[in-house]
Amino acid sequence: MTERPPQQPVDRPPLLSVRGLSVRFLMPGGRRIAAVTDAHFDVAAGECLALIGESGCGKSVLASALLGLLPANAQTAGEARLGELELLSADERTLARTVRGRRIGLIPQSPAAHLTPVRTIRSQLEETVAALTGVRGRTAVRAAAEAAAERTAFPSDHLDRHPHELSGGLAQRAATALALVGNAPLLLADEPTTGLDRNLVEHTVDELRRHIDDADRALLMITHDLSAAERIADRVAVMYAGRIVELSDAAAFFGSPGPRHPYSRGLLQALPDRAFTPIAGMPPELGDLPDGCAFAPRCDRATDTCAGSPRMTETVSCHHPHIPEDARA
Amino acid sequence: MLELHAITAGYDRHAPVVRDASLTIAPGEAVGLLGPSGCGKSTLARVAALLHRPDSGTVVLDGTSVRRWRHRAPRELRTAFGVVFQQPRLSSDPRLRLTDLIAEPLLATGRRQESAERVAELATTVGLTSDLLARRPHEVSDGQLQRACLARALALRPRWLICDEMTAMLDASTTAALVAVVEDYRHTTGAGLLAIGHDRTLLQRWCDRTVHWDTLRSRPCLT
Repeated sequence: MTERPPQQPVDRPPLLSVRGLSVRFLMPGGRRIAAVTDAHFDVAAGECLALIGESGCGKSVLASALLGLLPANAQTAGEARLGELELLSADERTLARTVRGRRIGLIPQSPAAHLTPVRTIRSQLEETVAALTGVRGRTAVRAAAEAAAERTAFPSDHLDRHPHELSGGLAQRAATALALVGNAPLLLADEPTTGLDRNLVEHTVDELRRHIDDADRALLMITHDLSAAERIADRVAVMYAGRIVELSDAAAFFGSPGPRHPYSRGLLQALPDRAFTPIAGMPPELGDLPDGCAFAPRCDRATDTCAGSPRMTETVSCHHPHIPEDARA
Repeated sequence: MLELHAITAGYDRHAPVVRDASLTIAPGEAVGLLGPSGCGKSTLARVAALLHRPDSGTVVLDGTSVRRWRHRAPRELRTAFGVVFQQPRLSSDPRLRLTDLIAEPLLATGRRQESAERVAELATTVGLTSDLLARRPHEVSDGQLQRACLARALALRPRWLICDEMTAMLDASTTAALVAVVEDYRHTTGAGLLAIGHDRTLLQRWCDRTVHWDTLRSRPCLT
């Protein structure tokens, strides 16, 4: 963990407040894919919430829903408030002109696909600076673009390269630099450290942390990189099969007493510096979720009660959570 | 034995990415190659897998010196390698169903008859269900697609596996599952492995030995 002053972000009014958010995709033939089900969480200014889970569990759909970037066959329910604005019902014009880049900065999952292939990084940074900030004039825009690149340690001698000439790590840094240009109060990072080496992961998350702490931003970081989450997060939300199954303080989750949901414990045990054993089986299909607890078929604690849907208690949604030894009897 | 001697390779003759790198992998050995982003690891992996012709240096595969690369390489050399790349999306044809994706190496080498059976066997190995096999890449997650890419790499029972950041896009549980599949395969067939990555903890847990990129230069042999 990085050293930082203790914070009580929970006491502060949330910047982003998500209540009962669900996303369904309507597929041909009347099939419905339950990508996100009944998600509740808050992110306060100055706080980082890490949303972790296996690939395909609905994490990125959640992020797309917040930005209004879902495809046309998606249906949303619930609400997601960013200050006074309700994001799910906001129209495209509001989202495009006031939200994306200005109030929510997106650090995308796959920078190679996010960057424009036919233009240099410099040109993309300059365009973003000109569009999102008040900087005007060629020299000033150029300087601001270079400063933006500098913030994510993007090497200045690579600014005139095209995305295909960059390594995965450099492309990710370019995309991160673009997201930070608009000084948005909420950053939404979708797998910001994928494909980066360990030093760069640490540099990137420390940099993100600095952006949170400096300007009192909030960060919702979607990741499957547990060590990155451990390094940056104040709180952790674990997602499985479209549901948030555990919401916990990061220090308690990664340290002692550890996670309470069997799935979260399995995820941690899969790490190479722990047991390195995979969770048996694969996540269920989101179009064909079992009744009751979706994790039950893979769970070694499952009993007959797991056929009923578990309720979310204050931190965990499970019929048989691990009980911390020193806590409640 | 897979021997890379004094390899210099890159995309611009005047600025090679890999300079004078040497690495030897014994039969059945698992070697982890560590290095930072953009250092040239992947280029060296492509050279080792006969996918990129080096500017200079030699590759010796089980005593045979490699003279031709890519599609010009003789089939028995090409099929000695199974390669898994970092990004499953970029290494899979979006038009193919996963089952066809896995069968592609079998069809390309004229083994259509055995393909159905082999694909079913591979799908069980990597944990793909028949429902997933009928989908195209955009309908599955990165983890599921990478399982298919690993199955494809194993389809021709290669003697050498090159895993170039195979797990960089994946979550901890899928990573552990795919590494277990590779290790099971190596255990039964005695295949050698070059695993490239930047996660020291993972490679040290996975491989017999790990070498750092910086130590590859100007040393004739590391074994």
